[in-house]
Amino acid sequence: MKVLTLNFLTCAVKACKTTSTSFPLHPKDCELVSDTIAPNPQLLLNVLPRIDWNALIITAGELGFPTLPPTPPTREELESNEKMMTELHTLLLETQISEGSLVCGNCGHEYKIKEGIANFLLPNHLV
Amino acid sequence: MLPTPSTSHVDFERIYEPAEDSYLLLDTLSSETEKDFLRTRYSAAHSPSPLVVEVGTGSGVVLSFLNAHAQTILGRADILTFGIDVNRFACKATEQTVSVTSQEQITHDLSHGFYMGNILGDLTNTLKAGVVDILVFNPPYVPTAELPGIPSPGENTTETSFADDSKLLALSYAGGVDGMEITDRLLLSLPEVLSHQTGCAYILLCAQNKPDKVKERIKGWGSGWKAETVSTSGKKGGWEKLQIIRIWRENA
Repeated sequence: MKVLTLNFLTCAVKACKTTSTSFPLHPKDCELVSDTIAPNPQLLLNVLPRIDWNALIITAGELGFPTLPPTPPTREELESNEKMMTELHTLLLETQISEGSLVCGNCGHEYKIKEGIANFLLPNHLV
Repeated sequence: MLPTPSTSHVDFERIYEPAEDSYLLLDTLSSETEKDFLRTRYSAAHSPSPLVVEVGTGSGVVLSFLNAHAQTILGRADILTFGIDVNRFACKATEQTVSVTSQEQITHDLSHGFYMGNILGDLTNTLKAGVVDILVFNPPYVPTAELPGIPSPGENTTETSFADDSKLLALSYAGGVDGMEITDRLLLSLPEVLSHQTGCAYILLCAQNKPDKVKERIKGWGSGWKAETVSTSGKKGGWEKLQIIRIWRENA
């Protein structure tokens, strides 16, 4: 799964949904792989406005990526900043999590990732 | 007509094989009326990349089709897609189908969308509120006396028996009472997971699901919710006459 996916997922436990700490999920002991993808500035520029930037800062930091600025760049800023364009390309489009887990900051439940597929099925006692 | 994705690599002993319902979804999503609807809604210059989520991807034939033909269907290739399935084998098959189909586009010098992967999960319950622009669901719609239980996290991880395979297949078609038990759960989650401004959903129903009642119920949510039949197939009187409904909100 691509790192960008984490920007759209929360804990699957119903009671966690309303808490702010169930998003984003926290990667733990994750193995990363990088796909080589041709530059796609159009995609990055149009994905930018729909990203939850604060969540992305947390995800990037926890995965050991370069620190992102505290506020998202504007479209024009990103367009003219080649370095940030490259960094976001690597983080959002090229990086996959292949193994590890995702942990909910509220209930602590760990969702395993195997062969790039995160398992959000819940054990009976959490359904 | 747009080419149908190849699924020759998929193991149909444990993954739903593309059938009339899958093909009705492909035809509908690439029809002139739906292309008009989708382009009007999603292709404004500089508008955020739409997020397309398919629930119950199975072989991946529908999601890979949308991902590959985004430019033709949505008027833009910069879309984000991902899939959810309750069957690990289906998740892996979908990843492969999307990869094969995207490669096919590249071979022909054509664009494709950005597929982020598949996750193993129960319907929409891990989606963040309000993030989905387009949700597609070909549900387990066959009325059945019993519903197979949703697998626990440790089930079906590596090797499976014949009984396990049968259960995985049953999850792809068994819909319980009126064939609507799973679809009803998904419908209830739509107001939460669909984007307030631009969210819409395409859901396949069969005649026994009582589609008119389903649409009435959705319209009853108020707040501008709409539900319309956008295509049909199958023989009249046949119990499996199929239709696809589009569900969306018209903001005042």
